[in-house]
Amino acid sequence: MSTTAVIMMAISMLTVWGGLIAGIVNLARHPEEDGHEPAPPVEL
Amino acid sequence: MSSATNHTARREGFGSRNVFILSAIGSAVGLGNIWRFPYVAYEGGGGAFLIPYLCALLTAGIPLLFFDYAIGHRYRGSAPLAFRRMHRAAEPLGWWQVLICVVIAVYYAVIIAWSAMYTWFSAQLTWGKGNENDFFFGDFLQMGDVGADGVSTQFVPQVGIPLIAVWLIVIVIMCLGVQRGIGASNMVLMPLLTVMFVVLVVQSLFLPGAIDGLNAFFTPDWEALADPAVWAAAYGHIFFSLSVAFGIMVTYSSYLKRKTDLTGSGLVVAFANSSFEILAGIGVFAALGFMAAAQGSDVAGVATSGIGLAFIAFPTIVSNAAGGSIIGVLFFGALVFAGITSLISILEVIVAALQDKLGWSRIATTLVVSVPLTIISLALFSTTTALAVLDTADAFVNAFGIMAVAFVSVIVVSWVLHKLPALQEHLNRRSSFAVGTIWKLLVGVLSPIVLGYLLLSEILGKLNEPYGGYPDWFIAIFGWGMVIVLIAGGVVLSLLPWSKRSHAKDDPEYDAYLADEGYEPDVETGLQGVREEGASR
Repeated sequence: MSTTAVIMMAISMLTVWGGLIAGIVNLARHPEEDGHEPAPPVEL
Repeated sequence: MSSATNHTARREGFGSRNVFILSAIGSAVGLGNIWRFPYVAYEGGGGAFLIPYLCALLTAGIPLLFFDYAIGHRYRGSAPLAFRRMHRAAEPLGWWQVLICVVIAVYYAVIIAWSAMYTWFSAQLTWGKGNENDFFFGDFLQMGDVGADGVSTQFVPQVGIPLIAVWLIVIVIMCLGVQRGIGASNMVLMPLLTVMFVVLVVQSLFLPGAIDGLNAFFTPDWEALADPAVWAAAYGHIFFSLSVAFGIMVTYSSYLKRKTDLTGSGLVVAFANSSFEILAGIGVFAALGFMAAAQGSDVAGVATSGIGLAFIAFPTIVSNAAGGSIIGVLFFGALVFAGITSLISILEVIVAALQDKLGWSRIATTLVVSVPLTIISLALFSTTTALAVLDTADAFVNAFGIMAVAFVSVIVVSWVLHKLPALQEHLNRRSSFAVGTIWKLLVGVLSPIVLGYLLLSEILGKLNEPYGGYPDWFIAIFGWGMVIVLIAGGVVLSLLPWSKRSHAKDDPEYDAYLADEGYEPDVETGLQGVREEGASR
Protein backbone atom coordinates (compact mmCIF):
# COMPACT_ATOMS: atom_id res chain seq x y z
CA MET A 1 0.00 0.00 0.00
CA SER A 2 1.20 3.49 -0.76
CA THR A 3 2.00 5.84 2.12
CA THR A 4 -0.86 8.20 1.30
CA ALA A 5 -3.31 5.26 1.21
CA VAL A 6 -2.09 4.10 4.63
CA ILE A 7 -2.43 7.63 6.02
CA MET A 8 -5.95 8.04 4.62
CA MET A 9 -6.91 4.63 6.02
CA ALA A 10 -5.63 5.62 9.46
CA ILE A 11 -7.43 8.98 9.36
CA SER A 12 -10.70 7.36 8.25
CA MET A 13 -10.57 4.80 11.03
CA LEU A 14 -9.58 7.36 13.65
CA THR A 15 -12.28 9.90 12.78
CA VAL A 16 -15.19 7.53 12.31
CA TRP A 17 -14.38 4.89 14.92
CA GLY A 18 -13.07 7.61 17.23
CA GLY A 19 -16.36 9.45 16.78
CA LEU A 20 -18.23 6.29 17.78
CA ILE A 21 -16.11 5.81 20.89
CA ALA A 22 -16.50 9.49 21.84
CA GLY A 23 -20.28 9.15 21.35
CA ILE A 24 -20.45 6.07 23.56
CA VAL A 25 -18.32 7.71 26.27
CA ASN A 26 -20.53 10.82 26.18
CA LEU A 27 -23.66 8.70 26.52
CA ALA A 28 -22.20 6.63 29.35
CA ARG A 29 -21.53 9.86 31.24
CA HIS A 30 -25.20 10.77 30.94
CA PRO A 31 -27.04 7.70 32.17
CA GLU A 32 -30.74 7.36 31.55
CA GLU A 33 -32.91 8.93 34.27
CA ASP A 34 -35.99 6.74 34.18
CA GLY A 35 -36.59 6.51 37.91
CA HIS A 36 -40.31 7.18 38.10
CA GLU A 37 -41.38 6.60 34.55
CA PRO A 38 -43.66 3.56 34.24
CA ALA A 39 -42.40 0.76 32.02
CA PRO A 40 -44.13 0.71 28.63
CA PRO A 41 -46.75 -2.00 28.20
CA VAL A 42 -45.77 -5.23 26.51
CA GLU A 43 -48.51 -6.75 24.42
CA LEU A 44 -49.33 -10.36 23.58
CA MET B 1 -62.97 6.71 35.91
CA SER B 2 -65.32 4.61 33.83
CA SER B 3 -63.26 5.46 30.80
CA ALA B 4 -60.21 3.48 31.96
CA THR B 5 -61.24 0.32 30.15
CA ASN B 6 -62.65 2.15 27.15
CA HIS B 7 -59.41 3.95 26.46
CA THR B 8 -57.31 2.97 23.53
CA ALA B 9 -54.47 0.61 24.44
CA ARG B 10 -51.35 2.39 25.65
CA ARG B 11 -48.60 2.77 23.11
CA GLU B 12 -45.74 0.36 23.43
CA GLY B 13 -42.16 1.46 23.89
CA PHE B 14 -38.54 0.39 24.07
CA GLY B 15 -37.52 -0.89 27.50
CA SER B 16 -34.37 1.19 27.61
CA ARG B 17 -32.30 3.69 25.71
CA ASN B 18 -29.81 1.01 24.75
CA VAL B 19 -32.49 -1.11 23.09
CA PHE B 20 -33.57 1.94 21.12
CA ILE B 21 -29.99 2.71 20.08
CA LEU B 22 -29.31 -0.85 18.93
CA SER B 23 -32.62 -0.92 17.04
CA ALA B 24 -31.90 2.41 15.39
CA ILE B 25 -28.44 1.15 14.40
CA GLY B 26 -30.08 -2.05 13.14
CA SER B 27 -32.33 0.04 10.96
CA ALA B 28 -29.59 2.30 9.66
CA VAL B 29 -27.13 -0.53 8.98
CA GLY B 30 -28.64 -2.26 6.00
CA LEU B 31 -27.74 -3.61 2.61
CA GLY B 32 -26.55 -0.17 1.49
CA ASN B 33 -23.77 -0.07 4.06
CA ILE B 34 -22.38 -3.34 2.79
CA TRP B 35 -22.89 -3.17 -0.94
CA ARG B 36 -23.28 0.51 -1.75
CA PHE B 37 -20.88 2.52 0.41
CA PRO B 38 -17.63 0.80 -0.66
CA TYR B 39 -18.21 1.50 -4.34
CA VAL B 40 -19.55 5.05 -3.82
CA ALA B 41 -16.42 5.86 -1.82
CA TYR B 42 -14.12 4.22 -4.35
CA GLU B 43 -15.75 6.10 -7.25
CA GLY B 44 -15.78 9.36 -5.31
CA GLY B 45 -12.03 9.71 -4.90
CA GLY B 46 -11.10 6.78 -2.64
CA GLY B 47 -9.40 8.11 0.48
CA ALA B 48 -10.26 11.69 -0.52
CA PHE B 49 -13.98 10.78 -0.33
CA LEU B 50 -13.63 10.86 3.44
CA ILE B 51 -13.80 14.67 3.30
CA PRO B 52 -17.16 15.06 1.51
CA TYR B 53 -18.42 12.02 3.42
CA LEU B 54 -17.65 13.48 6.86
CA CYS B 55 -18.99 16.87 5.74
CA ALA B 56 -22.23 15.25 4.64
CA LEU B 57 -22.47 13.25 7.86
CA LEU B 58 -21.92 16.27 10.11
CA THR B 59 -23.85 18.89 8.14
CA ALA B 60 -26.81 16.88 6.84
CA GLY B 61 -26.97 13.30 8.16
CA ILE B 62 -26.75 14.00 11.88
CA PRO B 63 -28.84 17.23 11.79
CA LEU B 64 -31.63 15.42 9.91
CA LEU B 65 -31.41 12.48 12.30
CA PHE B 66 -31.93 14.92 15.21
CA PHE B 67 -34.81 16.48 13.26
CA ASP B 68 -36.56 13.08 12.95
CA TYR B 69 -35.89 12.21 16.60
CA ALA B 70 -37.28 15.56 17.72
CA ILE B 71 -40.50 15.12 15.74
CA GLY B 72 -41.11 11.54 16.90
CA HIS B 73 -40.21 12.20 20.51
CA ARG B 74 -41.95 15.56 20.88
CA TYR B 75 -45.22 14.45 19.28
CA ARG B 76 -45.00 10.81 20.43
CA GLY B 77 -46.62 9.17 17.46
CA SER B 78 -46.12 7.22 14.25
CA ALA B 79 -45.22 9.41 11.27
CA PRO B 80 -48.81 10.41 10.32
CA LEU B 81 -49.85 11.03 13.92
CA ALA B 82 -46.68 12.97 14.76
CA PHE B 83 -47.10 15.24 11.74
CA ARG B 84 -50.84 15.61 12.47
CA ARG B 85 -50.10 16.68 16.02
CA MET B 86 -47.54 19.16 14.72
CA HIS B 87 -50.16 20.61 12.38
CA ARG B 88 -53.36 19.11 11.00
CA ALA B 89 -52.32 20.00 7.45
CA ALA B 90 -48.93 18.24 7.74
CA GLU B 91 -50.49 14.77 8.12
CA PRO B 92 -50.14 13.81 4.41
CA LEU B 93 -46.33 13.95 4.86
CA GLY B 94 -46.61 11.13 7.37
CA TRP B 95 -48.79 8.96 5.13
CA TRP B 96 -46.52 9.63 2.18
CA GLN B 97 -43.67 8.24 4.28
CA VAL B 98 -45.79 5.23 5.26
CA LEU B 99 -46.54 4.43 1.62
CA ILE B 100 -42.85 4.78 0.72
CA CYS B 101 -42.18 2.15 3.37
CA VAL B 102 -44.84 -0.10 1.81
CA VAL B 103 -42.99 -0.05 -1.51
CA ILE B 104 -39.57 -0.56 0.04
CA ALA B 105 -40.78 -3.42 2.26
CA VAL B 106 -42.15 -5.49 -0.63
CA TYR B 107 -38.88 -5.49 -2.56
CA TYR B 108 -36.45 -5.37 0.37
CA ALA B 109 -37.76 -8.74 1.54
CA VAL B 110 -36.82 -10.47 -1.69
CA ILE B 111 -33.18 -9.37 -1.47
CA ILE B 112 -33.07 -10.94 1.98
CA ALA B 113 -34.55 -14.11 0.47
CA TRP B 114 -31.88 -14.18 -2.25
CA SER B 115 -29.17 -13.63 0.35
CA ALA B 116 -30.53 -16.44 2.48
CA MET B 117 -30.39 -18.81 -0.50
CA TYR B 118 -26.88 -17.65 -1.32
CA THR B 119 -25.79 -18.32 2.26
CA TRP B 120 -26.79 -21.91 1.61
CA PHE B 121 -25.31 -21.97 -1.92
CA SER B 122 -21.99 -20.63 -0.57
CA ALA B 123 -21.61 -23.57 1.74
CA GLN B 124 -21.75 -25.94 -1.25
CA LEU B 125 -20.57 -23.70 -4.10
CA THR B 126 -23.81 -24.59 -5.88
CA TRP B 127 -23.21 -22.16 -8.74
CA GLY B 128 -20.12 -23.97 -10.03
CA LYS B 129 -16.81 -22.18 -10.45
CA GLY B 130 -16.78 -19.80 -13.42
CA ASN B 131 -20.57 -19.93 -13.81
CA GLU B 132 -21.51 -17.28 -11.22
CA ASN B 133 -23.13 -14.81 -13.63
CA ASP B 134 -25.22 -17.33 -15.58
CA PHE B 135 -26.21 -19.11 -12.40
CA PHE B 136 -27.64 -15.93 -10.84
CA PHE B 137 -29.60 -14.62 -13.81
CA GLY B 138 -30.43 -17.94 -15.44
CA ASP B 139 -30.58 -20.85 -13.01
CA PHE B 140 -31.55 -18.90 -9.90
CA LEU B 141 -33.72 -15.94 -11.00
CA GLN B 142 -34.78 -17.53 -14.33
CA MET B 143 -34.84 -13.97 -15.52
CA GLY B 144 -37.35 -13.08 -18.22
CA ASP B 145 -37.53 -10.05 -20.46
CA VAL B 146 -40.16 -7.45 -19.52
CA GLY B 147 -39.72 -5.78 -22.90
CA ALA B 148 -40.73 -8.92 -24.76
CA ASP B 149 -43.14 -10.69 -22.42
CA GLY B 150 -44.45 -8.05 -19.97
CA VAL B 151 -44.65 -8.60 -16.23
CA SER B 152 -44.51 -12.33 -15.64
CA THR B 153 -46.64 -14.43 -13.30
CA GLN B 154 -44.43 -17.47 -13.58
CA PHE B 155 -43.50 -18.57 -10.05
CA VAL B 156 -39.82 -19.26 -9.37
CA PRO B 157 -39.86 -21.64 -6.37
CA GLN B 158 -36.24 -21.19 -5.28
CA VAL B 159 -37.00 -17.50 -4.78
CA GLY B 160 -40.65 -17.70 -3.73
CA ILE B 161 -40.25 -20.28 -0.96
CA PRO B 162 -37.45 -18.45 0.90
CA LEU B 163 -39.41 -15.22 0.37
CA ILE B 164 -42.37 -16.76 2.21
CA ALA B 165 -39.99 -17.83 4.97
CA VAL B 166 -38.57 -14.29 5.30
CA TRP B 167 -42.07 -12.86 5.61
CA LEU B 168 -43.06 -15.46 8.21
CA ILE B 169 -40.01 -14.60 10.31
CA VAL B 170 -40.58 -10.85 10.19
CA ILE B 171 -44.32 -11.27 10.84
CA VAL B 172 -43.53 -13.21 14.03
CA ILE B 173 -41.05 -10.49 15.10
CA MET B 174 -43.58 -7.75 14.39
CA CYS B 175 -46.37 -9.60 16.25
CA LEU B 176 -44.15 -9.86 19.33
CA GLY B 177 -44.17 -6.08 19.59
CA VAL B 178 -41.76 -3.19 19.99
CA GLN B 179 -39.77 -4.44 22.95
CA ARG B 180 -40.08 -8.22 22.73
CA GLY B 181 -40.01 -8.39 18.93
CA ILE B 182 -38.09 -5.49 17.42
CA GLY B 183 -35.96 -4.67 20.46
CA ALA B 184 -35.12 -8.28 21.32
CA SER B 185 -34.24 -9.27 17.74
CA ASN B 186 -31.92 -6.27 17.43
CA MET B 187 -30.30 -7.10 20.78
CA VAL B 188 -29.41 -10.52 19.34
CA LEU B 189 -28.83 -9.80 15.64
CA MET B 190 -26.74 -6.62 15.88
CA PRO B 191 -23.95 -8.05 18.07
CA LEU B 192 -24.03 -11.21 15.94
CA LEU B 193 -23.81 -9.17 12.73
CA THR B 194 -20.85 -7.21 14.09
CA VAL B 195 -18.94 -10.33 15.11
CA MET B 196 -19.65 -12.02 11.77
CA PHE B 197 -18.52 -8.97 9.84
CA VAL B 198 -15.33 -8.55 11.84
CA VAL B 199 -14.44 -12.20 11.20
CA LEU B 200 -15.25 -11.73 7.50
CA VAL B 201 -13.03 -8.64 7.27
CA VAL B 202 -10.12 -10.33 9.06
CA GLN B 203 -10.39 -13.35 6.80
CA SER B 204 -10.56 -11.17 3.67
CA LEU B 205 -7.44 -9.30 4.76
CA PHE B 206 -5.45 -12.52 4.64
CA LEU B 207 -6.39 -13.25 1.02
CA PRO B 208 -3.64 -12.74 -1.55
CA GLY B 209 -4.12 -9.36 -3.26
CA ALA B 210 -6.14 -7.93 -0.36
CA ILE B 211 -3.61 -5.16 0.19
CA ASP B 212 -3.97 -4.04 -3.43
CA GLY B 213 -7.70 -3.78 -2.88
CA LEU B 214 -7.20 -1.60 0.19
CA ASN B 215 -4.67 0.47 -1.71
CA ALA B 216 -7.24 1.13 -4.44
CA PHE B 217 -9.91 1.91 -1.84
CA PHE B 218 -7.89 4.35 0.25
CA THR B 219 -5.58 6.03 -2.30
CA PRO B 220 -6.91 9.59 -2.46
CA ASP B 221 -7.80 11.22 -5.73
CA TRP B 222 -7.84 14.85 -4.60
CA GLU B 223 -9.11 16.10 -7.92
CA ALA B 224 -12.42 14.32 -7.25
CA LEU B 225 -13.11 16.92 -4.56
CA ALA B 226 -13.49 19.59 -7.25
CA ASP B 227 -16.33 17.60 -8.85
CA PRO B 228 -19.79 18.62 -7.54
CA ALA B 229 -21.11 15.16 -8.47
CA VAL B 230 -18.81 13.61 -5.84
CA TRP B 231 -20.19 15.92 -3.15
CA ALA B 232 -23.71 15.14 -4.30
CA ALA B 233 -22.91 11.43 -4.11
CA ALA B 234 -21.64 11.86 -0.54
CA TYR B 235 -24.79 13.71 0.59
CA GLY B 236 -27.03 11.28 -1.28
CA HIS B 237 -25.31 8.30 0.27
CA ILE B 238 -25.34 9.64 3.86
CA PHE B 239 -28.95 10.51 3.44
CA PHE B 240 -30.02 6.98 2.41
CA SER B 241 -27.61 5.28 4.74
CA LEU B 242 -28.95 6.85 7.94
CA SER B 243 -32.62 5.97 7.19
CA VAL B 244 -33.69 9.56 7.76
CA ALA B 245 -36.87 11.23 6.53
CA PHE B 246 -39.05 8.29 5.73
CA GLY B 247 -40.70 7.73 9.03
CA ILE B 248 -38.45 5.12 10.64
CA MET B 249 -36.61 7.36 13.04
CA VAL B 250 -39.80 9.31 13.85
CA THR B 251 -41.54 6.03 14.73
CA TYR B 252 -38.65 4.56 16.74
CA SER B 253 -38.05 7.76 18.72
CA SER B 254 -41.74 7.91 19.63
CA TYR B 255 -41.12 4.68 21.57
CA LEU B 256 -38.42 6.28 23.71
CA LYS B 257 -39.10 7.23 27.28
CA ARG B 258 -40.00 10.85 27.90
CA LYS B 259 -36.74 11.77 29.56
CA THR B 260 -34.15 10.67 27.07
CA ASP B 261 -30.89 12.09 25.81
CA LEU B 262 -31.91 12.37 22.15
CA THR B 263 -28.84 13.97 20.62
CA GLY B 264 -26.36 11.85 22.59
CA SER B 265 -28.16 8.72 21.35
CA GLY B 266 -28.29 10.09 17.81
CA LEU B 267 -24.54 10.67 17.70
CA VAL B 268 -23.90 7.05 18.69
CA VAL B 269 -26.32 5.79 16.02
CA ALA B 270 -24.82 7.97 13.29
CA PHE B 271 -21.20 7.12 14.06
CA ALA B 272 -22.00 3.42 14.53
CA ASN B 273 -23.59 3.40 11.07
CA SER B 274 -20.52 5.05 9.55
CA SER B 275 -18.18 2.79 11.49
CA PHE B 276 -19.90 -0.20 9.95
CA GLU B 277 -19.54 1.33 6.50
CA ILE B 278 -15.82 1.83 6.88
CA LEU B 279 -15.53 -1.78 8.06
CA ALA B 280 -17.58 -2.93 5.06
CA GLY B 281 -15.38 -0.88 2.71
CA ILE B 282 -12.27 -2.60 4.08
CA GLY B 283 -13.82 -6.06 3.83
CA VAL B 284 -15.30 -5.61 0.37
CA PHE B 285 -12.18 -4.05 -1.18
CA ALA B 286 -9.87 -6.60 0.40
CA ALA B 287 -12.01 -9.27 -1.25
CA LEU B 288 -12.13 -7.38 -4.56
CA GLY B 289 -8.32 -7.05 -4.43
CA PHE B 290 -8.15 -10.83 -4.20
CA MET B 291 -10.61 -11.21 -7.09
CA ALA B 292 -8.55 -8.87 -9.27
CA ALA B 293 -5.37 -10.79 -8.45
CA ALA B 294 -7.06 -14.13 -9.19
CA GLN B 295 -8.33 -12.88 -12.56
CA GLY B 296 -5.08 -11.11 -13.42
CA SER B 297 -6.85 -7.76 -13.79
CA ASP B 298 -6.72 -4.60 -11.66
CA VAL B 299 -9.12 -3.58 -8.91
CA ALA B 300 -10.75 -0.97 -11.17
CA GLY B 301 -11.81 -3.79 -13.49
CA VAL B 302 -13.67 -5.76 -10.80
CA ALA B 303 -15.02 -2.95 -8.57
CA THR B 304 -18.81 -2.87 -8.57
CA SER B 305 -21.75 -2.36 -6.23
CA GLY B 306 -25.25 -3.52 -5.44
CA ILE B 307 -26.64 -6.74 -6.83
CA GLY B 308 -23.63 -7.23 -9.11
CA LEU B 309 -21.24 -7.04 -6.16
CA ALA B 310 -23.27 -9.32 -3.90
CA PHE B 311 -24.55 -11.96 -6.27
CA ILE B 312 -21.86 -12.12 -8.96
CA ALA B 313 -18.57 -10.72 -7.64
CA PHE B 314 -18.84 -12.26 -4.18
CA PRO B 315 -19.76 -15.76 -5.46
CA THR B 316 -16.70 -15.50 -7.74
CA ILE B 317 -14.54 -14.65 -4.74
CA VAL B 318 -16.09 -17.51 -2.77
CA SER B 319 -15.33 -19.95 -5.62
CA ASN B 320 -11.70 -18.92 -5.84
CA ALA B 321 -10.58 -18.20 -2.28
CA ALA B 322 -9.17 -20.75 0.12
CA GLY B 323 -11.90 -21.10 2.76
CA GLY B 324 -14.25 -19.33 0.34
CA SER B 325 -17.34 -21.05 1.71
CA ILE B 326 -16.75 -19.47 5.11
CA ILE B 327 -16.41 -16.05 3.49
CA GLY B 328 -19.62 -16.64 1.54
CA VAL B 329 -21.63 -17.82 4.54
CA LEU B 330 -20.43 -14.85 6.61
CA PHE B 331 -21.07 -12.32 3.83
CA PHE B 332 -24.53 -13.52 2.84
CA GLY B 333 -25.46 -14.23 6.45
CA ALA B 334 -24.50 -10.62 7.24
CA LEU B 335 -26.72 -9.41 4.39
CA VAL B 336 -29.61 -11.46 5.80
CA PHE B 337 -29.21 -10.11 9.34
CA ALA B 338 -28.59 -6.51 8.25
CA GLY B 339 -31.59 -6.80 5.94
CA ILE B 340 -33.97 -8.24 8.55
CA THR B 341 -33.17 -5.56 11.14
CA SER B 342 -33.83 -2.91 8.50
CA LEU B 343 -36.98 -4.57 7.13
CA ILE B 344 -38.62 -4.72 10.55
CA SER B 345 -37.98 -0.99 11.02
CA ILE B 346 -39.60 -0.29 7.65
CA LEU B 347 -42.61 -2.45 8.56
CA GLU B 348 -42.91 -0.79 11.95
CA VAL B 349 -43.56 2.56 10.23
CA ILE B 350 -46.64 1.02 8.60
CA VAL B 351 -47.82 -1.02 11.59
CA ALA B 352 -47.41 1.91 14.01
CA ALA B 353 -49.29 4.26 11.70
CA LEU B 354 -52.27 1.91 11.39
CA GLN B 355 -52.20 1.09 15.09
CA ASP B 356 -52.39 4.78 15.91
CA LYS B 357 -55.08 5.40 13.33
CA LEU B 358 -57.33 2.44 14.11
CA GLY B 359 -56.57 1.86 17.77
CA TRP B 360 -56.29 -1.89 17.08
CA SER B 361 -54.15 -4.41 18.93
CA ARG B 362 -50.61 -5.18 17.89
CA ILE B 363 -51.26 -8.61 16.41
CA ALA B 364 -54.39 -7.64 14.50
CA THR B 365 -52.68 -4.61 12.98
CA THR B 366 -49.51 -6.54 12.13
CA LEU B 367 -51.50 -9.21 10.30
CA VAL B 368 -53.65 -6.68 8.46
CA VAL B 369 -50.46 -4.98 7.26
CA SER B 370 -48.16 -7.88 6.57
CA VAL B 371 -50.41 -10.47 4.95
CA PRO B 372 -51.29 -8.19 2.00
CA LEU B 373 -47.65 -7.07 1.78
CA THR B 374 -46.54 -10.70 1.65
CA ILE B 375 -48.98 -11.39 -1.18
CA ILE B 376 -47.86 -8.33 -3.18
CA SER B 377 -44.22 -9.17 -2.51
CA LEU B 378 -44.76 -12.74 -3.75
CA ALA B 379 -46.78 -11.64 -6.76
CA LEU B 380 -44.15 -9.19 -8.00
CA PHE B 381 -40.87 -10.64 -6.80
CA SER B 382 -41.09 -14.42 -6.89
CA THR B 383 -41.50 -14.37 -10.67
CA THR B 384 -39.11 -14.24 -13.59
CA THR B 385 -39.37 -10.44 -13.97
CA ALA B 386 -38.59 -9.69 -10.32
CA LEU B 387 -35.24 -8.02 -11.01
CA ALA B 388 -36.63 -5.46 -13.47
CA VAL B 389 -39.48 -4.46 -11.14
CA LEU B 390 -37.13 -4.31 -8.15
CA ASP B 391 -34.53 -2.25 -9.97
CA THR B 392 -37.09 0.29 -11.23
CA ALA B 393 -39.11 0.56 -8.02
CA ASP B 394 -35.91 0.96 -5.99
CA ALA B 395 -34.47 3.70 -8.19
CA PHE B 396 -37.72 5.68 -8.32
CA VAL B 397 -38.78 5.31 -4.70
CA ASN B 398 -35.34 6.42 -3.53
CA ALA B 399 -35.19 9.48 -5.75
CA PHE B 400 -38.80 10.61 -5.92
CA GLY B 401 -40.07 9.04 -2.74
CA ILE B 402 -37.51 9.36 0.04
CA MET B 403 -35.62 12.30 -1.36
CA ALA B 404 -38.78 14.18 -2.35
CA VAL B 405 -40.55 13.65 0.97
CA ALA B 406 -37.42 14.74 2.82
CA PHE B 407 -37.19 17.89 0.72
CA VAL B 408 -40.87 18.73 1.26
CA SER B 409 -40.78 17.88 4.99
CA VAL B 410 -37.81 20.08 5.85
CA ILE B 411 -39.33 22.99 3.92
CA VAL B 412 -42.80 22.56 5.43
CA VAL B 413 -41.54 22.15 8.99
CA SER B 414 -38.91 24.91 8.75
CA TRP B 415 -40.51 27.54 6.55
CA VAL B 416 -44.26 26.97 6.57
CA LEU B 417 -44.92 25.78 10.11
CA HIS B 418 -41.84 27.45 11.66
CA LYS B 419 -41.37 24.54 14.06
CA LEU B 420 -37.56 24.39 14.16
CA PRO B 421 -37.23 26.59 17.29
CA ALA B 422 -39.75 24.38 19.12
CA LEU B 423 -37.96 21.19 18.00
CA GLN B 424 -34.62 22.70 19.01
CA GLU B 425 -36.00 23.50 22.45
CA HIS B 426 -37.32 19.94 22.78
CA LEU B 427 -33.97 18.42 21.79
CA ASN B 428 -32.14 20.59 24.30
CA ARG B 429 -34.39 19.77 27.25
CA ARG B 430 -32.50 16.65 28.24
CA SER B 431 -29.81 16.13 25.69
CA SER B 432 -26.11 16.01 26.40
CA PHE B 433 -25.23 17.62 23.07
CA ALA B 434 -27.01 20.96 22.73
CA VAL B 435 -28.09 22.13 19.30
CA GLY B 436 -28.33 25.79 18.37
CA THR B 437 -28.68 28.17 15.47
CA ILE B 438 -26.23 26.15 13.39
CA TRP B 439 -28.53 23.13 13.59
CA LYS B 440 -31.49 25.22 12.46
CA LEU B 441 -29.47 26.58 9.54
CA LEU B 442 -28.29 23.11 8.52
CA VAL B 443 -31.81 21.65 8.59
CA GLY B 444 -33.69 24.68 7.32
CA VAL B 445 -31.26 26.02 4.72
CA LEU B 446 -28.47 23.62 3.76
CA SER B 447 -30.60 20.44 3.67
CA PRO B 448 -33.29 21.82 1.34
CA ILE B 449 -30.60 23.22 -0.96
CA VAL B 450 -28.73 19.92 -1.15
CA LEU B 451 -31.90 17.82 -1.39
CA GLY B 452 -33.36 20.15 -4.01
CA TYR B 453 -30.19 19.87 -6.09
CA LEU B 454 -30.16 16.07 -5.82
CA LEU B 455 -33.86 15.85 -6.62
CA LEU B 456 -33.56 18.10 -9.65
CA SER B 457 -30.60 16.21 -11.05
CA GLU B 458 -32.51 12.92 -10.55
CA ILE B 459 -35.57 14.27 -12.36
CA LEU B 460 -33.47 15.52 -15.28
CA GLY B 461 -31.50 12.27 -15.43
CA LYS B 462 -34.57 10.05 -15.46
CA LEU B 463 -36.46 12.24 -17.94
CA ASN B 464 -33.56 12.33 -20.36
CA GLU B 465 -33.32 8.62 -20.92
CA PRO B 466 -35.61 5.76 -19.93
CA TYR B 467 -34.27 4.24 -16.74
CA GLY B 468 -32.34 1.00 -17.25
CA GLY B 469 -33.48 0.72 -20.86
CA TYR B 470 -36.87 -0.68 -19.79
CA PRO B 471 -39.94 -0.11 -22.01
CA ASP B 472 -41.86 3.15 -21.55
CA TRP B 473 -45.07 1.56 -20.27
CA PHE B 474 -43.04 -0.30 -17.66
CA ILE B 475 -41.30 2.87 -16.38
CA ALA B 476 -44.65 4.68 -16.48
CA ILE B 477 -46.25 2.11 -14.16
CA PHE B 478 -43.48 0.98 -11.80
CA GLY B 479 -41.52 4.25 -11.89
CA TRP B 480 -43.41 7.51 -12.35
CA GLY B 481 -46.88 6.04 -11.74
CA MET B 482 -45.81 4.44 -8.50
CA VAL B 483 -44.25 7.62 -7.06
CA ILE B 484 -47.31 9.69 -8.00
CA VAL B 485 -49.63 7.14 -6.37
CA LEU B 486 -47.57 7.46 -3.18
CA ILE B 487 -48.25 11.19 -3.00
CA ALA B 488 -51.93 10.94 -3.98
CA GLY B 489 -52.37 8.03 -1.56
CA GLY B 490 -50.81 10.10 1.23
CA VAL B 491 -53.38 12.83 0.70
CA VAL B 492 -56.31 10.38 0.48
CA LEU B 493 -55.26 8.57 3.66
CA SER B 494 -55.11 11.90 5.52
CA LEU B 495 -58.67 12.65 4.48
CA LEU B 496 -60.00 9.45 6.06
CA PRO B 497 -61.31 10.25 9.53
CA TRP B 498 -59.49 8.98 12.62
CA SER B 499 -61.66 6.74 14.78
CA LYS B 500 -62.60 7.83 18.30
CA ARG B 501 -60.49 4.96 19.59
CA SER B 502 -57.42 6.18 17.73
CA HIS B 503 -54.48 7.80 19.48
CA ALA B 504 -55.18 11.04 17.63
CA LYS B 505 -58.46 11.42 19.53
CA ASP B 506 -57.81 9.58 22.74
CA ASP B 507 -54.38 9.41 24.34
CA PRO B 508 -54.34 10.10 28.08
CA GLU B 509 -50.65 9.31 28.20
CA TYR B 510 -49.90 12.01 25.66
CA ASP B 511 -52.04 14.46 27.61
CA ALA B 512 -50.17 13.64 30.81
CA TYR B 513 -46.84 14.00 29.03
CA LEU B 514 -47.80 17.41 27.64
CA ALA B 515 -48.89 18.55 31.08
CA ASP B 516 -45.70 17.25 32.75
CA GLU B 517 -43.47 18.90 30.20
CA GLY B 518 -45.37 22.18 30.31
CA TYR B 519 -46.46 21.97 26.66
CA GLU B 520 -49.82 23.26 25.41
CA PRO B 521 -52.58 20.61 25.57
CA ASP B 522 -53.26 18.83 22.28
CA VAL B 523 -56.26 20.22 20.42
CA GLU B 524 -57.76 16.76 19.84
CA THR B 525 -56.77 14.50 22.73
CA GLY B 526 -56.89 17.40 25.17
CA LEU B 527 -60.50 18.22 24.30
CA GLN B 528 -61.47 14.58 24.64
CA GLY B 529 -59.99 14.52 28.15
CA VAL B 530 -61.89 17.67 29.15
CA ARG B 531 -65.12 16.27 27.71
CA GLU B 532 -64.79 13.03 29.63
CA GLU B 533 -63.99 14.79 32.84
CA GLY B 534 -67.11 16.89 32.38
CA ALA B 535 -69.23 13.81 31.68
CA SER B 536 -68.04 11.89 34.73
CA ARG B 537 -68.79 14.82 37.03
